[in-house]
Amino acid sequence: MELIRELAVQGGEMLLVVLLAPLVTGVVRKLKARLLRREGPSVVQPYRDLLRLMRKDVVLADNASWLFRTAPYLIFATTWVAAALVPTFATGLMFSWSADLIAIVALLGSARFFLALAGMDVGTSFGGIGSSREMMIAALAEPVMIMIVFALALLAGSTQLSTIAAYMVSPAVGLRVTLGMAFVSLLMVGIAETARIPVDNPATHLELTMVHEAMVLEYSGRHLAVLELASSLKLLLYLSLIACLFLPWGLAPPDASALFYAIGVAAYVAKILVGCTALSVFETVVAKMRVFRVPTFLGAALMLGFLGTLLLFVSRGF
Amino acid sequence: MPIILLLSGIAALLILALLALFLSGRSSATSVVYGGGLLLSLGLLGVGAQHLLGNTAPLELSLPLGLPWIGAHFRLDALSAFFVVIVNLGAAVSCLYGLGYGQHAEDPSRVRPFVPAFVAGMNLVLLAADAFTFLLSWEFMSLASWALVVAAHRDPRSLRAGYIYALMASLGTFALLLAFGLLAGPNGSYAFAAMRAAHFTPAVGALVLCLVVLGAGSKAGLVPLHVWLPEAHPAAPSHVSALMSGVMTKVAVYAVIRIVFDLLGPPHWWWGVVLLALGGASALMGILYALFDADQKRVLAFSTIENVGFIFVALGLALAFRADGFQAAAALALTAALFHVFNHSILKGLLFFGTGAVQHATGTRDMERLGGLIHRMPVTAFCVLVGCVGIAALPPLNAFASEWLTFQAILLSPSLPQWGLKLLVPAVGALLALAVTLAAACFVRFFGTSFLGRPRSEAACGAEETDVFSRAAMLFLAGVAVLAGLLPGVVIDALGPVSSSLIGHQMPVQTSQPWLSIVPIAASRSSYNGLLVFIFIAMSAGIVASTIHVFASRRVRRAPAWDCGFADPNPALQYSASSFSEPIRRVFGPLLFLARTEVEIPPPGSMGPARLRVHLEDVIWQRLYMPVTGLVAGIADRLNVFQFLTIRRYLSLVFLALVSLLLVLAIWS
Repeated sequence: MELIRELAVQGGEMLLVVLLAPLVTGVVRKLKARLLRREGPSVVQPYRDLLRLMRKDVVLADNASWLFRTAPYLIFATTWVAAALVPTFATGLMFSWSADLIAIVALLGSARFFLALAGMDVGTSFGGIGSSREMMIAALAEPVMIMIVFALALLAGSTQLSTIAAYMVSPAVGLRVTLGMAFVSLLMVGIAETARIPVDNPATHLELTMVHEAMVLEYSGRHLAVLELASSLKLLLYLSLIACLFLPWGLAPPDASALFYAIGVAAYVAKILVGCTALSVFETVVAKMRVFRVPTFLGAALMLGFLGTLLLFVSRGF
Repeated sequence: MPIILLLSGIAALLILALLALFLSGRSSATSVVYGGGLLLSLGLLGVGAQHLLGNTAPLELSLPLGLPWIGAHFRLDALSAFFVVIVNLGAAVSCLYGLGYGQHAEDPSRVRPFVPAFVAGMNLVLLAADAFTFLLSWEFMSLASWALVVAAHRDPRSLRAGYIYALMASLGTFALLLAFGLLAGPNGSYAFAAMRAAHFTPAVGALVLCLVVLGAGSKAGLVPLHVWLPEAHPAAPSHVSALMSGVMTKVAVYAVIRIVFDLLGPPHWWWGVVLLALGGASALMGILYALFDADQKRVLAFSTIENVGFIFVALGLALAFRADGFQAAAALALTAALFHVFNHSILKGLLFFGTGAVQHATGTRDMERLGGLIHRMPVTAFCVLVGCVGIAALPPLNAFASEWLTFQAILLSPSLPQWGLKLLVPAVGALLALAVTLAAACFVRFFGTSFLGRPRSEAACGAEETDVFSRAAMLFLAGVAVLAGLLPGVVIDALGPVSSSLIGHQMPVQTSQPWLSIVPIAASRSSYNGLLVFIFIAMSAGIVASTIHVFASRRVRRAPAWDCGFADPNPALQYSASSFSEPIRRVFGPLLFLARTEVEIPPPGSMGPARLRVHLEDVIWQRLYMPVTGLVAGIADRLNVFQFLTIRRYLSLVFLALVSLLLVLAIWS
């Protein structure tokens, strides 16, 4: 009975994130449009797009290999597993111990590895430009994530997300400089990793500015649908991660009653809405930067994360 | 008994090497040498594995060989047994690969005799238990591998590589000789057992550490002693490159562990600092060099430097923890280092085999001339893909597990009391994180330009899949890499005896954990389960793919590539290896490689082509080695005068030297 309940919670969590992900994209698009005083498409438009794409034929380039055809599913599955390991509305999920925060970061790295390979598979110049830039951005963004993980893990004494989240609501946290630095650098790296303005523009199809869109340029039909869903899922994952680490209130504890779960889901949706609003406002007020300004941006994030970690190393042992 | 078996196996390998000399003209030579080598290494592997897993006490043996008043001492303990497994696993797979690759290699009779000799030399180093036997075996191993490096002796690049390698190897052996001289003390007790019992002053310990880092670190490829490695490893035939890069660097790691952890006694905390700093620098510099090179085998050799850096960082952590009395943390760091030794030897072997297959099929290893091989060499491409995912340290493959353990060890280090370590360890952690992600970029570039895209040359168009032995060797290593990634607990448990014999502590038993997770310290702190992650990914991908195929659409149409409507048939317009690394070169190049880009645009009206030139300088070679070689050459020029003296002057010089030596002796006492 206990096992079934835990499985249901874990399964519900996985379903929730995958169902919610297109809505997040839709809400952000709608809000951005309204901020620019445009009407904008309906918030459910991403669902319609996905359904239509899935029913369409796949048009494969002549020399696309098996890797090109399997990569979308691998990328989606890896992102989904990573998202399933982030506590959204409840902590202590059944399989949360199978991978800690370092592994979640590395899982996203696996997804990106295959996405970059898929971008190079057909052998076009745009695919290569996207892969090359994506790997440059990732090479700077992932160390930032590892530094943030170090900072949080040193504070909470664990790299398990559930334990860190439990620590963050406990009174032991206090107000710490390290947490502030980690928060800012997580926001910066989240923007870079989810390909948002000012690092990348999800709406662009101008050659010189594309990063993510250039890699998926050759994809169509169901493959494109799966990739779009994966990138929405990644955005939701980062929002959930920020929510779980820095707004951990309302998370249902393990073995809680149904009421707690209901509160957890409501709190989660509210947090995600707040995140979407903040993201839309931020994206509306800043301009996209040149690709070669990105290293400076991420270098600042890396320094923040590193200083936060260093502060903890130095302050321990007194 | 096992030690006699091992020694007779080594003797059989040496006999096989001699036999290969006599067989050199026969057509059956390749099968005999590599088949025999395969069987013998499998036997040695079995003996080593049995000793390691059986967790038996160390075995010792002395033979009346070598110097008459010393004899030759041999010892088989858990550490030696683990490295015997690494060496012979690599050797067995290389011989299997050689069965196919050796058939179509050019001038195979220059390679065959030295391969069994090289394997025998590496095995002897692991068993040696006195300084004389150790140095003799070490030098034998170096010479055998040198002969393999210059096997293609008509290629001037091979000769240059062999020259640099010989210089660096002699420097390394010289440093080790001095280190053992210090360890032996004034009484000249050359047996390891006597060194283990002796106590050393801090100054001697420090000097020995520096000499060992110089001697064994140069063999392992630590920056800045790495310059020979990217020249020598690629110059050898591919199965030997796999042995040199995957296995011989590990023998050097063994030498460091043996001397620093075993013979030198209790460590000081700053010993860890030396290893951490050099390891961190090697990890970052190695992978950056790899990112800017277009020769497949050189990329792999540079990536070896990165991985060796990783291993040394973990060893440095283990030393620092041990010096401060955190035995459990030291066991964790040491296990991470040894686990990475295992993973890297598997993955590097796999990748070198892949490049060997590509080189045979296309005649080139220049990534700018390859492309599209995934269609023509499907098995090789698949195996190399597994190797690339593995070496980029991505879950759920094996190298991720060992790097994860290293990060866990770093997270334990704030409790270290010394300020030097407190400031250095997070910086090294950041360097490692950077190196890991750059490795992912490097291997996307490696696989993407060689195997994906469109062929960039005629040779790449006409490539054919490699032979059955080579495929078997690659598939086997890919399987081991996947298995070790899914069940890391099994490997960690096998390493338990090694860390308990060196540190007196070992990691908790992992295979008894529920669901075969690995839990380095406590479940609430951190845990990772490669098997479950893999199953989840496979299940989710399967569910999504089958749902979409059943309920939505499964039709496929083939059409020309879209490419924003500008599909140019010329494959030269693809992203090349150097254009792939251009953004990263912009970030790191100016600082670490003094990179400059020159654009030449012809004047208006001229029909000449525009040119873009990139200048990269190897700072270490320019700033460290060039002055030294210049100095040596200058001194040699000055001393040249002594070559052309008359006999009277020579006699007076001898007389003067004698007098001054006598004077020194008189003043000394």
